[in-house]
Amino acid sequence: MNEREKRVSLAHTTLFLALFLAGTALSASGKGEVDVPKKFQVPPPPFSEGIFPCSQCHAGMPVNRTPRKLEGMHENIELRHMPGGWCFDCHNPSNRDTLRLANGKIVRFEESYNLCGQCHGTILREWKAGLHGKRTGMWNGEKQYRLCVHCHWPHDPAFKPIKPLPPPVRPSEIK
Amino acid sequence: MKSGQHDERGVRRRTFLKGAALGLAAAALPVRDADASVWDAFFQKHFREMNEAEIKKVIERLEREYEEQYKKKVTVGTDKALPGVLFGYGLDLSRCIGCRRCVYACVEENNQSKDPQIHWITVLRFKTGEKWVDLEESEKYYNPPEVPEDEYFYMPVQCQQCENPPCVRACPTQATWKEPDGIVVVDYNWCIGCRYCMAACPYGARRFNWAAPNRKPEELNPATHYLGNRPRYRGVVEKCTFCIQRTRKDPGRYPACVEACPVGARKFGNLLDPNSEIRYTIEHKRVFRLKEDLNTEPKFYYFFEA
Repeated sequence: MNEREKRVSLAHTTLFLALFLAGTALSASGKGEVDVPKKFQVPPPPFSEGIFPCSQCHAGMPVNRTPRKLEGMHENIELRHMPGGWCFDCHNPSNRDTLRLANGKIVRFEESYNLCGQCHGTILREWKAGLHGKRTGMWNGEKQYRLCVHCHWPHDPAFKPIKPLPPPVRPSEIK
Repeated sequence: MKSGQHDERGVRRRTFLKGAALGLAAAALPVRDADASVWDAFFQKHFREMNEAEIKKVIERLEREYEEQYKKKVTVGTDKALPGVLFGYGLDLSRCIGCRRCVYACVEENNQSKDPQIHWITVLRFKTGEKWVDLEESEKYYNPPEVPEDEYFYMPVQCQQCENPPCVRACPTQATWKEPDGIVVVDYNWCIGCRYCMAACPYGARRFNWAAPNRKPEELNPATHYLGNRPRYRGVVEKCTFCIQRTRKDPGRYPACVEACPVGARKFGNLLDPNSEIRYTIEHKRVFRLKEDLNTEPKFYYFFEA
């Protein structure tokens, strides 16, 4: 390129960079999205009695990464979720007190929704927006969210049918 | 008889009849009942016509009466509509399992009569895949051992708090009206029990107290609102009020049905707040309302997930 062309090219690059940075700065405000609470007030994870922290048993235990049917402790957990998956797809073999994302990032049990959100991203987005699941509290104030696991047991998440409450009395039954 | 002169017997008959009429009227007056509350109740004005002082007197009288009746302290609130609020409701029909926990949570919160039984919420069961939401084909007395059943979906219906309510137009005494926050309310002391509103409602949302409502004192929810869940009388109409005693506080609580739903099928919020759950629902889901062709503009938005 001759001198003039080089100068024009530099000018274009500078202009592009300036616009790009300005655009990023503006879009960082995220207008148009729902204002989501950055920290969700959730109750503590519903652990079985005495099972947490897991390291009280697993601290010294050797790690067996072979996918298998568990025997002894945890043998009653039959995974009916994620066909072909097994324990260490979610649980962290190095530290059982935490969970692990597919990219290796560690997630605490108190924020396990980020783990579920890996596959159920649309549900997580709706949960954050206040649409998915049960919430109690104030419609214009503080709300009590729940972790995914409070309603969906992660090892067998499908809801079981329950007994309905009684139907209304028929007019013919009124004395 | 000479003309211009009254017959003796005729004068005596007329006098007798006048005397009898006056006597009956006097006997009908509750003069023996020295309780001023009977007179106050009789001469109580329409809720919207009363000023603050009169409302206060009415509330005192009502709280006293309820305390006598139920032997516990009952508060009757008169919270006004919050400014800039219009309540909307969303219901996810893919999630409702027809368990009726909302129905009974409403009964407990709103002091509905147990015997005769009154339910403000009705859950209708429809067969999936058939004629689209044909309300005549619904079943409300379903009672299987477990829900949800295969091939059925469930749709709870309650007062839709219409923006253009036919019940308000039908009421001959204006005992029911639409408040600024969208809730259609009933003044139970003004309602004459003609049930025109029940005939006018296209959703069958209103209930009538055929007998004096029966509510045990230990089951009574003492936090009430004049236009909402205070104990009602025989011969008045009642219906869902979006838990006016809960939602009008600041900050306001969710209605009882929203909190009771075990699967989170119910959404509630302020339609005028662009960041509310209900606005998110309407903007992101394919919502529909019941009987939209009647132009009642209900506030209940139903949707199916995906």
